[in-house]
Amino acid sequence: MATRVLMPKLSDTMEEGVILKWLRKEGEKVKQGEILVEIESDKADMELEAYDSGILRKIVVPEGGKAPIGGLIAVIADAAEDIAPLLAGGSAPSPGTTGSKPAAAQTETKAPAVAPMAPPTDGKTKASPLARRLAGDNRIDLSRVQGSGPQGRIIKRDLEAFLSGKTAPPAAFVPAPIIPGTAEDIDLSPIRKTIAKRMTESKTTAPHFYVTIEIDMDPAITFREQINTVTELKLSFTDIIIKAASVALMKNPQVNATYIGDKMRQYHYTHIGVAVALEEGLVTPVLRNCEQKRIDQINAELRDLAERARTRKLKPDEYTGATFTISNLGMFGIESFAAIVNPPEGAILAVGTIVEKPVVKGGQIVAGHTMKATPSSGHRIIDGAVAARFLQDFKKILENPASLVL
Amino acid sequence: MAIVSLREAINQAIDEEMARDESVFLMGEEVANYQGAYKVSQGLLQKWGPKRILDTPIAEAGFAGLGVGAAMVGLRPIVEFMTWNFSLVAYDQIANNAAKMYSMSGGNFHVPIVFRGPGGAAHGLGATHSQSLESIYAHIPGLKVVMPSTCKDAKGLLKTSIRDDNPIVFIESEVMYGDKGEIPDGEYTIPLGVGEVKKTGSDVTIVSWSKVLANVVWKAVDSIQEELNISIEVIDPRTIKPMDYDLIVESVKKTNRLVIVEEGWPFAGIGAQISHEISSRAFDHLDAPVERVTQEDVPLPYAHQLEIRSLPSVEKINAAVKKVLYRD
Repeated sequence: MATRVLMPKLSDTMEEGVILKWLRKEGEKVKQGEILVEIESDKADMELEAYDSGILRKIVVPEGGKAPIGGLIAVIADAAEDIAPLLAGGSAPSPGTTGSKPAAAQTETKAPAVAPMAPPTDGKTKASPLARRLAGDNRIDLSRVQGSGPQGRIIKRDLEAFLSGKTAPPAAFVPAPIIPGTAEDIDLSPIRKTIAKRMTESKTTAPHFYVTIEIDMDPAITFREQINTVTELKLSFTDIIIKAASVALMKNPQVNATYIGDKMRQYHYTHIGVAVALEEGLVTPVLRNCEQKRIDQINAELRDLAERARTRKLKPDEYTGATFTISNLGMFGIESFAAIVNPPEGAILAVGTIVEKPVVKGGQIVAGHTMKATPSSGHRIIDGAVAARFLQDFKKILENPASLVL
Repeated sequence: MAIVSLREAINQAIDEEMARDESVFLMGEEVANYQGAYKVSQGLLQKWGPKRILDTPIAEAGFAGLGVGAAMVGLRPIVEFMTWNFSLVAYDQIANNAAKMYSMSGGNFHVPIVFRGPGGAAHGLGATHSQSLESIYAHIPGLKVVMPSTCKDAKGLLKTSIRDDNPIVFIESEVMYGDKGEIPDGEYTIPLGVGEVKKTGSDVTIVSWSKVLANVVWKAVDSIQEELNISIEVIDPRTIKPMDYDLIVESVKKTNRLVIVEEGWPFAGIGAQISHEISSRAFDHLDAPVERVTQEDVPLPYAHQLEIRSLPSVEKINAAVKKVLYRD
């Protein structure tokens, strides 16, 4: 029986995927369970395995090509079977006939759901009649609006969101033609698109505010040196900062929270995302349950996650579900900065570099080391004093780091 | 305002119209000596005598035809079917003679007759005694179909129906005969073809009527509103034919979403007709396809659990509302 291979949904925010590599050529045999294709989503690269055995009769989306979730990317069938109806979109795809599944999903309890919907194959923009009328009344080009209904149908709420500027239009303005050689247009990678969308959403829906504190880092420097001298560990300041943040968050649960309409959800655990810069954007691998982990465990886990983030081998549940994020630009010599909250989290902590500078200790000006920390908080659930108390605790812990080994 | 049961409201309508017009009479199985199979005609024989309150044999085709003939020569019969299921035996008299006589006689014969009785499912009456037949009557040109969901509407609409010069199919519900409601003091009538917004809302319009509105939709509305934090507008057309489309169109222009809940079967049901009319007249105001909740397309099972699952339910209405809101 012929099966359609559809673009799977590899992350919650994924809308389309890019075919990185076909591991089989057209006409080659495919066995159920074999890796068929590598796909780049907005977060990571994933391998897809064939659901059915047969012959890879047709590759619909070639390497480098894109397809929306649920879009037909290939057809597996017997040699003699007529696949023309499948290519023409004759049968409605369902989860049972997607023909492939993400390989990583096998080992996970939460398998990424394969979207059972067919993509818009006719190139037309799908919109409810009301949405079309609203678009006409407001002179909006519907192709600029992101649809949230079935099969990407644009509905009233999408128009309302667009009109209120809540979602960034894919093209915010109509660019002037380029004079050859003076500029170039570069397609946004899926990860870039996601960042653009989510950061716009965050900054336009969560009212941000910022508080900054300067922390005496001499004790933390000594603490790190002592551990790295006596053990095999190569503890980083980030490890220490993560653990200190976790302890401070457990003391200030209002900061470790998500705004959900008429409620806020406070977490009794700290899943801390750590921003890792990649060439095409950034990902935030998540260290789960930092409140239960020793600092050496955090060190080992972060090393592994960061490495796999750089090679884009993270699984979806390794970069989702954070309750709080830390962004560190210290390695660039940045003294302090303000980050954008990573929704649905309530706050993000931006830390700068450790600066050697004159400080006053015991009435004397001496050489010391300080670091500035700036949490950005969404004011919907976090007030200034709450953020200040969290920051105060964070400072106190870093200035008295011995407690971190408890 | 007085509080009466549905059977009392209908009884009052018949009684008042009999007092108002001596050409009105009631005829049907057990309506006289037994005082009505569901006691709707309680006391009427004693008050109006055997010439105007007539027991008939178990012969629906016969007494329905007798009624049509009486109406043609100037009387105003009210023909009670013990249930509308039995009207199928008299379908030829209703669909051919009552409905078409005015047209086929070139306007020489009016047929001012009311066929009335309970319709729809009750509890465990089996497939042949549980039918919602409004769509097969509304299908026939020449018939008006009336289906009240409240005591007040039942009385006001029945009085208007008795005075109407056309054949009326007036469908009640036996499980509602004991349900009580307020009716205005004194004389009042309610025009046919005029629906009512029973509850205003802004996010979804539900159109429903008769028992399924009274007993199922109202149960669903509160819980759905609370769960989804929305407000639902509820429209009772009261008259199935002629349908008050204008009222529904205006509502859909406001809410952009429509769910139709009916107890009948889906194919060629009343909801299908409303859905077409709305897609035609309010197309540019729809944000989602119109959803329908109907009885499943099967003869209604006798088994209690299957009967429950075949009929419209709070859960099915909830799912339909979520679907039109894209929140399923």
